[in-house]
Amino acid sequence: MKADPKGVLSGPHFLDGDHACCEGAISAGCRFVAGYPITPSTEVVERIASRFPLVGGMFIQMEDELASSIAIQGAVWAGAKAMTVTSGPGFSLMMEHIGLAAMLETPCVFVNVQRGGPSTGLPTLPGQADVMQARWGSHGDYEIIALSPDSPQECYDLTIRAFNLAEQYRVPVMLMMDECVGHMTEKVIIPKAEDIEITERRYTTAAKGEYLPYRTEGESMVPPMTRAGDGHRFHVTGLTHDERGYPVMTAEAQEKCVRRIVDKIRKNAEKIVTLEESETQNADVVVVSYGITSRVAVKAIEMAKAAGIKVGHLRLITLWPFAEFRIRQLAEHIGAFVMPELNYGQMFFELQRVLEGKARAYLVPHGGGTVHDPEVIYGTILEAAGRVIQKEAMC
Amino acid sequence: MLTPANPVHKYLRMDRIPHIWCSGCGLGTAVNCFVRAVEASGFPLDTISVVSGIGCTGRVAGYLKVDSFHTTHGRAIPFATGLKLANPNLKVIVFSGDGDLFSIGGNHFIHAARRNADITVICINNFTYGMTGGQITPTTPTDAIAATAPYGHIEEPFNLPSLAESTGAVYVARWTSFHVRQLMKSMKEAIQKTGFSFIEIVSPCPTLYGRRNRLGDGLEMMKYYRENSVIKNGADTRELGMVFNGKIICGKFVDRERPSFLDAYNAKMTERLGPSYQPYKGIL
Repeated sequence: MKADPKGVLSGPHFLDGDHACCEGAISAGCRFVAGYPITPSTEVVERIASRFPLVGGMFIQMEDELASSIAIQGAVWAGAKAMTVTSGPGFSLMMEHIGLAAMLETPCVFVNVQRGGPSTGLPTLPGQADVMQARWGSHGDYEIIALSPDSPQECYDLTIRAFNLAEQYRVPVMLMMDECVGHMTEKVIIPKAEDIEITERRYTTAAKGEYLPYRTEGESMVPPMTRAGDGHRFHVTGLTHDERGYPVMTAEAQEKCVRRIVDKIRKNAEKIVTLEESETQNADVVVVSYGITSRVAVKAIEMAKAAGIKVGHLRLITLWPFAEFRIRQLAEHIGAFVMPELNYGQMFFELQRVLEGKARAYLVPHGGGTVHDPEVIYGTILEAAGRVIQKEAMC
Repeated sequence: MLTPANPVHKYLRMDRIPHIWCSGCGLGTAVNCFVRAVEASGFPLDTISVVSGIGCTGRVAGYLKVDSFHTTHGRAIPFATGLKLANPNLKVIVFSGDGDLFSIGGNHFIHAARRNADITVICINNFTYGMTGGQITPTTPTDAIAATAPYGHIEEPFNLPSLAESTGAVYVARWTSFHVRQLMKSMKEAIQKTGFSFIEIVSPCPTLYGRRNRLGDGLEMMKYYRENSVIKNGADTRELGMVFNGKIICGKFVDRERPSFLDAYNAKMTERLGPSYQPYKGIL
């Protein structure tokens, strides 16, 4: 289905990532946003507050992030597409309701414009240290989808994609921005509404009295939804539940309920994952990066190429599910991987896990507050290439 | 011989009965009053949504045959706020307990009242966390015994009607589970009211609060309510604080008009954006 032209500001713009995210949400059909002020994400909801009355949307500033992250779920169960927007400290508070969204299978979007942490950390400066929290932050076992934009244009594009994936898989989707992409201003092209693909919610066609909220159909692992007021008089609960949505406190019910909410993402990982890849075919070293760090990595890669090193680039646009199938393929012929990130090692450990020792992995850590010096990444590429070349010489 | 169907059965998820509540608990009475109030209110069942938090009262949503949401601890009110704002045609009722609504959820309660979210909040106040074994809550009277106050509770409890009135609720009432007729009438009025309406129901927990404080079984506690309740409609809510084994002042205390969040929103946008503004009537 195509986007509703109402509110789609087609054409070229000069926008920062936060404002681009707002426009992406409007293009995606989001009409309910609840938020709580927090740097460096506040510009998203400020623009929403100004734009929503003009496009038939409802913005409410809630009393805290706990409230914001569940108000959006109430709105979704009444038929809205909804999101909330925050940064690290607020994201911590939202963990409770990321778990609820996973358990109720509420399609919704959480935007985290990451800053330095832990705790209050660096409110106005970038970090990428919430990426593991996005995956594992709520208690219990579940899967989510997380996307990582590296530009204002991608903040727009991936906000739409986040809403589409949320609807397709009935899962909370995290848009893991960072302070740099949030506040960097660049050209953003908003397409014509008829060129924007939108995934609509799949509603049940069951007759009144026959709808079971968690009954899947055919091969699909994602049950169709309903909304309050449609006459199905359904029940949903954060307790482990059966197809009827009724609580069942047994290990068997747990296996059935939780297994499916995990498998619906794991078994579709190859369909969900998107990557940007360049010159990985004949490389000795591949730099793996995401978000703003990718832009710095490109500079380091250019320096390495100028020094005669065969180096490729793999940019993770999807952080979760992790691109393990592609990295396994690359590890068949790539000797070393270099991973810069604005933390002391988070996605890097996922990379190491997937490599299973078949290739060397080099972390380029950084505590956040600014981006890497490309020289440091370049130095690690040199080190990695030296080891690979030495190893080849010994063979 | 044919027995006529129980009139409340059609409002209940009979496939979930028997419920988990203890014998003598006041929750069954409250649910019974609620479904009769819904019927009397005239709203079609398909437009009713019930949202609960966590705890014994948190299970109410799961037994009512309406669109029903069993959410997280303390957060039923913000869920209900989002539900109502996305579809203002729904009648949204939060049914939860004193611990859920006023301890972990206290912040949400005062802000929903302040912004006059158009929802009804029904609080079963049994002075304890029943589901976890009888610990103190923000309404446990000073000196009462609880699992986490084995020598007696030292803190002062909230006066819920006063809290609700002072933070902005447009309708405030208190009854005990003994006052079924008055309670039904209040529930009907609250559901019909536009804006943030609040009903406190003082309700027995003979299993935990009652047993630890030697208040007898459910029947004894109901007798206590009969003998110690005083109906004072319109009473000053500041005078409604409860003390251990003291009098319980019941009645309807507040019934006033104030623009709901949505009415205020549409009025402001019309004022500032002019006639081109289409008043918001929901997402759909």
